[in-house]
Amino acid sequence: MNNKQIKYLIYALIFIYAIYQTIVSVQASTLTYYDLVFLLEGLERTVYISFISIIIGTFFGVIFGWMKVNLGVFGNIILGAFLDVLRSVPLIIQLILFYAFMGILEIEISVFWVGAIILSMYTSAFVTEVVRAGIESVPQTTRRAARSLGMTYWQDYRYIVFPLGLRAVFPAWISIVLSVIKDSALVSVIGYLELLKSTEELIAKTNEALLLLLGIGLFYFIISYPISVYATRLERKLKND
Amino acid sequence: MIELKKVHKSFGDLEVLKGIDLTVNKGEVLSVIGGSGSGKSTMLYCINAIERIQKGEVLVDGISVHDKSTNINTLRQKIGMVFQQWNSFPHLTVLENAALSPQIVLGKSKSEAEKIAKEQLDHVGLGDKFNVYPGRMSGGQQQRLAIARALAMEPEYMLFDEITSALDPELVGEVLDTLRLLRKEGMTMICVTHEIAFAREVSDNVAFFHQGVIEEFGPPSQVISNPQKERTQQFLSKVLQ
Repeated sequence: MNNKQIKYLIYALIFIYAIYQTIVSVQASTLTYYDLVFLLEGLERTVYISFISIIIGTFFGVIFGWMKVNLGVFGNIILGAFLDVLRSVPLIIQLILFYAFMGILEIEISVFWVGAIILSMYTSAFVTEVVRAGIESVPQTTRRAARSLGMTYWQDYRYIVFPLGLRAVFPAWISIVLSVIKDSALVSVIGYLELLKSTEELIAKTNEALLLLLGIGLFYFIISYPISVYATRLERKLKND
Repeated sequence: MIELKKVHKSFGDLEVLKGIDLTVNKGEVLSVIGGSGSGKSTMLYCINAIERIQKGEVLVDGISVHDKSTNINTLRQKIGMVFQQWNSFPHLTVLENAALSPQIVLGKSKSEAEKIAKEQLDHVGLGDKFNVYPGRMSGGQQQRLAIARALAMEPEYMLFDEITSALDPELVGEVLDTLRLLRKEGMTMICVTHEIAFAREVSDNVAFFHQGVIEEFGPPSQVISNPQKERTQQFLSKVLQ
């Protein structure tokens, strides 16, 4: 048996044991079937807000990253300051502040969108740096060769810079994706009923803190692990050629 | 016809080209020789506007290269260029490297682009490497790929920037043979080169660059075999040792 198979075997054993323990504990606890449905709804919202934030955050991160490389000093100072604030202020404080401001300004907005907007901006700040690094990883001489073949500025980006840069920074982007999924738990502080918030409510109701926290820990793992496995495989495929 | 009229080019305070006048007619081969830092490569970059000029004019078939209204991408389609570093696109196979720009720049169908690419790759002796990635090939093979890639655009002019400087001696011969073939086919070429014997053999004219000016210009029988200027004599005596 090789290392990989051993790793999967260990995961499988932990998983089976966790399920067994869960069933036993759930039967012994005051949790009901409806509580599980409640949790799964929270899980669905976690996946949803993470997905939306990663898409929007990556979209703006790509634009900001391109701007960082191409704008002059002045643009970089303004954009850089904005992104530095996003990256340096703890996410939980950004969420509370933004939520409070929406209240003060009497802007009607759902907690979902407050969370999604802040999480997206936070994501975009990190993606920006990754995109910048990706663009700069492509040698100037290679791009020069592309342009000398008659490619336009955007063709150079589309066919040369993008595939080469992506290869260089794909693992870094995946790290961001995984951390956004976990950071999305912080959206619970403004009352969005995602996985963590659902769990907190159930804990308040049933007093089964340990069991429930173990359970959602497993849920987060179940979301993140396939992404990380898939990413590793994709990365290997990209590097092969 | 390629014409340079009083071309001045500076990098900051450093004036690299100090008024270059040069004419290369259709079907002619011009070799450019001179010490490093004499501006010969920069002059080449000014012809397809990889570098911008400060004063003067560059005309290709009567079209002003540095004029704002000139579509430089269209103009570059008829000026092929090969660099000292071969600048292969590492994420594409040899065939894809050569077929990419005919497809996306000239808008040819995939099969048509590949047909042209295959012809040009055969031309330079890479007929057995279509599906290899450039990273697996030697520098010499990658340089021949760069030539085929430029030729696949079916250019009217070819610019060569010290393309043999980074090659093994036995591969220099193969690459120069390719140039001889092009010369026989009537390609208009400007070769910045250190291969003095080659320059003497294939050139219609030779330009000797010294500190940003053309010190001596004429047929190889004059500039190389019987140089009139003292600086040309000094340079040749150094490189021909």
